[in-house]
Amino acid sequence: MSMAEPAFTPRGRPLPGRSPFARTVDSVTFSVVLYAVIVGGLVWLAYGGAQAMGYNWQWYRIPQYFYTVTENGFQWGEISIGLVKTVTLSATAFALAIALGLVTALLRLSGLIVCTGVAIGYLELIRNIPLLVLLYLFYYVLGPIFGFDRYWASILTLAVFHSVLISEILRAAINAVPKGQWEAATSIGMSRAQAYRYIVLPQSVRFMLPPMTGEAVHVIKSSAIVSVIAVAELTTIGRNIISDTYMSFEIWFTIAAVYMALTLALSIGVTLLEKRYATES
Amino acid sequence: MTGKLPIISFDHVDKFYGDFHALKDITLTVREGERMVVCGPSGSGKSTLIRCINGLEFHDSGVLTVDGIEVHENSRQISRLRQEVGMVFQQFNLFPHLTVLENLTIGPIKVRGVPRAEAEATARKYLERVHIPEQADKYPRALSGGQQQRVAIARSLCMESRIMLFDEPTSALDPEMIGEVLDVMVELAGTGMTMVVVTHEMGFARKVADTMVFMDAGEIVETAPPETFFTAPKSKRCRAFLDQILEH
Repeated sequence: MSMAEPAFTPRGRPLPGRSPFARTVDSVTFSVVLYAVIVGGLVWLAYGGAQAMGYNWQWYRIPQYFYTVTENGFQWGEISIGLVKTVTLSATAFALAIALGLVTALLRLSGLIVCTGVAIGYLELIRNIPLLVLLYLFYYVLGPIFGFDRYWASILTLAVFHSVLISEILRAAINAVPKGQWEAATSIGMSRAQAYRYIVLPQSVRFMLPPMTGEAVHVIKSSAIVSVIAVAELTTIGRNIISDTYMSFEIWFTIAAVYMALTLALSIGVTLLEKRYATES
Repeated sequence: MTGKLPIISFDHVDKFYGDFHALKDITLTVREGERMVVCGPSGSGKSTLIRCINGLEFHDSGVLTVDGIEVHENSRQISRLRQEVGMVFQQFNLFPHLTVLENLTIGPIKVRGVPRAEAEATARKYLERVHIPEQADKYPRALSGGQQQRVAIARSLCMESRIMLFDEPTSALDPEMIGEVLDVMVELAGTGMTMVVVTHEMGFARKVADTMVFMDAGEIVETAPPETFFTAPKSKRCRAFLDQILEH
């Protein structure tokens, strides 16, 4: 700033506005239009490419895989049944993963060398095996040994794989609770377990909610991998339908859309929950 | 004070943080009902001293006995000891996810196994005592700093502790709120509670202390009743410190 400039401006003089160009680029309308153009372009390219291949689109055959209404009444279609399987599979795996992850995180934070060692060993073991190989291990090796079927092999694989990621989320969330909270809990005579249960874990929930949502979405998406051992979930159903009908384009677009609808619904649900939680406490 | 029994006694206690010698050969006795004020420059070991009393930190050598229980890391009675010793922190450390009333009752209910109704009655009694009965159902962050610190004092009182430790209870407060917290502490002193207070509030010290302790560099430099402590401090370090904080 140079000294020649006046030390004050006349009262009430409006500040210079942003340029019309900047305002246009920054507007909602502009971003929506841009988005539509890009998505439209991609769809057009894909559709054009398919036409060039001489692909015979048969979208009209898709709805029957969601549900049918005949003289026998209403019936769920294969995709809907597969979706339910995906949801139950993922939900069970996620619940187990949280339990396992919590145990791992608490062992890691216990401060006892043996426990920390066990936790780190487990973490490194699982983290360094590809998900697919882990699935094969559970299905072809551990399954026959311990006598569980392909459904439980899938659940255990997903649970174990994600427990490692979840334990890191939990550990970070627990560490995010200020040290003073531990001291206050300790100073009124609480044991470590009581301090965790009544003071620290309830407070760490708000730190873990956003990354845990991401992790739930991740579980749903990686559940698709169990199709390689033919558990009848969404992806397997998709493959089966294609082998009957050869409608690969329609089916894969549909399956992708169903996954997306599921995970988006989950994320939106949690966001709403978070807002309520934030205003309540 | 000499007639009363010792309730806290440090006998040649040393404490290290790595290479740092935090407490140097501390020998100190607090008697039942005694009000002791500990002062000294920052880093002199005052906080460490009182944090050792309820086992938030553990000393490395020497003997520390509190209410007949020897304090060390492997003590089975450490939880019982912590129930006997209340602690008020500089940063209040209230539980933000619980209401004021829940902050006060969670200790008695979960640790002492007091029935809820009884715990709530006690909690309301102590909220009355710290002059904020109307804040019972609010969450801590809706309260001013001074009110939060008074809740923290009430939380310790709810454990029916026999000893109260204060770790710079007014240092994090806005100046206009220091008075209300000190008033509560003065009233508490009037009930005959054993208190060990780390503070720089010399007005408070003059009013309630039976014994003044001055620490510097991990050592107890001077222990004296307030009359002699403020008028005729023996050591040079203590005199220099008092000159500095009493100037204002």
